[in-house]
Amino acid sequence: MIESAAIQKSLDVYGIRQQFPILTREVKGKPLVYFDNAATSQKPQAVIDALINYYTTYNANIHRGIHTLAEEATTAFEATRDAVQQFIHAASREEIIFTRGTTEGINLVAYTWGRQNIKAGDEIIISTMEHHSNIVPWQILCEEKGAVLKIIPITDEGELLIDEYKKLLSPKTKLVSVVHVSNALGTINPVKQIIDAAHEAGAVVLIDGAQSTVHLDINVQQMDCDFFVFSAHKLYGPTGVGVLYGKEHLLETMPVFHGGGEMIKEVTFEKTIYNDLPYKYEGGTPNIADVIAFKAALGFINQTGKENIQKHEEELLLYATKQFQQIPGLKIIGTAKEKISVISFIIDNFHPQDIGILLDNSGIAVRTGHHCTQPLMNRFGITGTVRASFAVYNTKEEIDELIAGVQKTIKMLS
Amino acid sequence: MKNQRTIEEIEKEIAEEFSLFDSWDDKYEYIIDLGKKLPPLEDQHKIDENRVRGCQSTVWLVAGYRDGKVFYKAESDAVIVKGLISMLIRVLSGQSPDNIIQAKLNFIQQIGMTTHLAQTRSNGLLAMVKQMKNFALAYKIKNSISLNDYEYRSAETKNN
Repeated sequence: MIESAAIQKSLDVYGIRQQFPILTREVKGKPLVYFDNAATSQKPQAVIDALINYYTTYNANIHRGIHTLAEEATTAFEATRDAVQQFIHAASREEIIFTRGTTEGINLVAYTWGRQNIKAGDEIIISTMEHHSNIVPWQILCEEKGAVLKIIPITDEGELLIDEYKKLLSPKTKLVSVVHVSNALGTINPVKQIIDAAHEAGAVVLIDGAQSTVHLDINVQQMDCDFFVFSAHKLYGPTGVGVLYGKEHLLETMPVFHGGGEMIKEVTFEKTIYNDLPYKYEGGTPNIADVIAFKAALGFINQTGKENIQKHEEELLLYATKQFQQIPGLKIIGTAKEKISVISFIIDNFHPQDIGILLDNSGIAVRTGHHCTQPLMNRFGITGTVRASFAVYNTKEEIDELIAGVQKTIKMLS
Repeated sequence: MKNQRTIEEIEKEIAEEFSLFDSWDDKYEYIIDLGKKLPPLEDQHKIDENRVRGCQSTVWLVAGYRDGKVFYKAESDAVIVKGLISMLIRVLSGQSPDNIIQAKLNFIQQIGMTTHLAQTRSNGLLAMVKQMKNFALAYKIKNSISLNDYEYRSAETKNN
């Protein structure tokens, strides 16, 4: 009770919940407890309204239209770019490229910068805890170019072995692509240290911010990463929108990705002159509605205050971790000192899928399986975990529900 | 004889059993119980080529053919999936290839378990139903060529 009072001092979680209409629904006759936020977060009314407002009042294709609707849509679309620039503290708005999501952002870099700069014998460093989307594009590139993928090992707690990472760095290292926060473990990686060491070795660094951007303060200039990628839908925004941040001098010299409309200045059958940044990488009609609505999501986060969000989520994590540690046979996978509000766990003798099905039966949404991190699961000698991930609208009472649900599940499966 | 009943009759019987349950908890407790009682598959069959790949749980499935009927044996590493397998075997094992191929398996919907057949990659059940039908189809084709096949088969009858 004391803890829940403390949370309310900094953040009115019940007021916040009212902004998320989906949280009032029931699942299997029970109030929804949504703990699958690391997969995607729910959307506040402001985001839903922005989508409806766009389609209801000013739907138009952007940038080239001369009419009023096109101008309104273009202004709203570009306003999101400004909001993103401020949100991650990029030096200029031209460094913000809209993509479909984190996966597309990584692939864009692999297919443009990667193809231009990676040669036979070069080395790319990733870590054991990468999401498949930060493994596969580099594997494809390495196969194509005859380059080598190197893997940073981790501890049993789920922390990167930084000394081992430094040993992997060499003049052959051309790229380091590492996740900021592990989706499966919650570990916050020391990216500044990783980036500085890579730069000393002359390598370019991509940071996968899919999980970090919603929880942590992101300042790409202080971090000094060369590329930073994330998805809107994990930040209370719509699906189908992502951001690739790149340092301007890199984006300027990289080859184009998707050829088509929008990304050109002039086309003749002999030669095409490409558009300036950021449009150079935004071929075709973009996801206008969702980009526009993403600004409302950023507005929600700014209004709530990242500091308040962090404090609230930290308290939830601490509260849940303490309770989980008391359940016999339950083992938390990922016990790094620096963690965001994610708890991955396994229970002796029970399959994660069975646990997930029975929790759903109690109205509790968690994720089960390998979380698209099969090499990481192999590292721990498991096939998957149950993952509960907390967001700004989650409460201590919901964690109590989860704990009760887990205890009931154990009873049913025993 | 149990095997002489039609697929529809067995499905109806399962649906009636489930209609006795008041809550989802009761349904799942029953399925878990069925899963625990499913006879384990012999280790020799638990090999990669018998795996029906699902994203999370693993299902191993083998089939045999005798007197015009297909027989199945299967197991999974997840107990709820095992319970669902147990029901599928009860419905389809011992039926003719034609009847298996045509089976609509409406009972899954009637007992409220369609979520486990959804395209969520969450388990191998949908793949398992497909594989059971593939076996039936393979035996139907084979039937015109060869006689009985007492051996439980795996790889060579897959994906025909």
